[in-house]
Amino acid sequence: MNETAGETADLDAFIAAGTRLLGLRIRPEWHDAIRLHLGVSLAHARAVGDFPLADESEPASVFTA
Amino acid sequence: MSVAGFGAAVAASLQRIEIDDKRLNAFTSVTAERARATAAALDAAAAAGQSMGPLAGVPFAVKNLIDIAGLATLAGSRINRDHPPAAADATLVSRLEAVGAILVGALNMGEYAYDFTGENCHYGASRNPHDTARMTGGSSGGSGGAVAGGLVPLALGSDTNGSIRVPASFCGIFGLKPTYGRLSRAGSFPFVVSLDHLGPLARTTRELAVAYDAMQGPDARDPACAQRPAEPVTERLAQGVAGLRIARAGGYFRAGASDQALAALDGVAAALGAGREIDIPEAARARAAAYVITASEGAALHLARLRERPEDFDPDVRDRLIAGALLPAALVAQAHKFRRWYQGAVLRLFDEIDAFLAPATPCVAPLIGQKTLALDGREVPLRPNIGIYTQPLSFVGLPVVAVPVPLAGGLPIGVQIVAAPWREDVALRLSQHLETAGIVGAPLPSA
Repeated sequence: MNETAGETADLDAFIAAGTRLLGLRIRPEWHDAIRLHLGVSLAHARAVGDFPLADESEPASVFTA
Repeated sequence: MSVAGFGAAVAASLQRIEIDDKRLNAFTSVTAERARATAAALDAAAAAGQSMGPLAGVPFAVKNLIDIAGLATLAGSRINRDHPPAAADATLVSRLEAVGAILVGALNMGEYAYDFTGENCHYGASRNPHDTARMTGGSSGGSGGAVAGGLVPLALGSDTNGSIRVPASFCGIFGLKPTYGRLSRAGSFPFVVSLDHLGPLARTTRELAVAYDAMQGPDARDPACAQRPAEPVTERLAQGVAGLRIARAGGYFRAGASDQALAALDGVAAALGAGREIDIPEAARARAAAYVITASEGAALHLARLRERPEDFDPDVRDRLIAGALLPAALVAQAHKFRRWYQGAVLRLFDEIDAFLAPATPCVAPLIGQKTLALDGREVPLRPNIGIYTQPLSFVGLPVVAVPVPLAGGLPIGVQIVAAPWREDVALRLSQHLETAGIVGAPLPSA
């Protein structure tokens, strides 16, 4: 994934805030890999989110009562 | 098998494990004492004239996320070493032993099943019996290596996004990922519960089918296990393939495939008369949605461990899990909604066909340590992309048999036979037909 400098900065800020809020401590040397994986996951999520679904769409849940 | 034959068979298997596992690194525990005791009990039962089960005396081993009483269930991790030993066997272990199979050990795997390579920084990489410099594939890497190397004829693995089918492809053996909910997962360490399946790997279609039949049936200990009676398939293997409508997947499932993957697919398709090419709608998006759900739900499972012991994870797994923990819930919810849409679209395909074919992996087994993969002319990270052809299928729980195609170059590669939900019989009949015709097979690697 080729991020722009702005996207990289946004991801860095998001990782810093998100890990702090979730109580996750990360070492500096882990950061680049986490950013890479988060960027890939967000790109996949965007592709899914671009698909038009009706408001009434049901999730595919495995829970049965 | 003759009286006292079970003990001898187990001794031979244990000896083979002792010798060959030094180079394959497939086992993390060998349950030799238990195996000898089971074999002795079988010999005694045989001597007393009791009837024997269909897997009597067959040694088997299980991925080490499946409970074995008395052993900590590692799930490929260092962290789980600190867990107490399992109090009981997993349901599938009990069911296989109930028909005479003999458990001989626990098998190596990628940490917490978040892996397609079979590499593991804690226990070492599983090694491919066809070339020990190469990956077995994962995450059921030890399962693939142990069966392909002839250490055991049967193993169990798990498959969340492809972790049975990928090692089956790289190691050149048969693997069955059943319909979601078909086989109980009770007594196994989870990964992504809405995607997790357990299933067998073996050297022949028949062994796969016999083991599958023995493991079927409802289980109240697994909430996702279907309340369906067992639907045995072994006796139906010889029914042939006449009348079955078979297609091959095009589009997404051909883009990025190596020449070897396409040659294997085309050979299998020709043997089955599968001339029709179909498009699996939105397969790329399905893979993306599976990726998102896996990242998020896998992270949720491990969040406490990520907080408390992040240094004890395999770094390749930890960094992906931390990234997954940061995914906004709204995006994950959308992926679950898309999953329902996609399921409907895929099921409609089965109005016109009974099965379709797709590559199992984009390439033959990469070298251990390899970090990137050439896909569609681009170098992409290897780890997350080995499963591009398996993920869109397990995403909606379809039954799949991965069949091994031996290639002239020496390394095998797999083809997926995909059937409608609950129609494992169709996929296994096609596998048997191909095996009988000599198109697919799992010969022992040359030493």
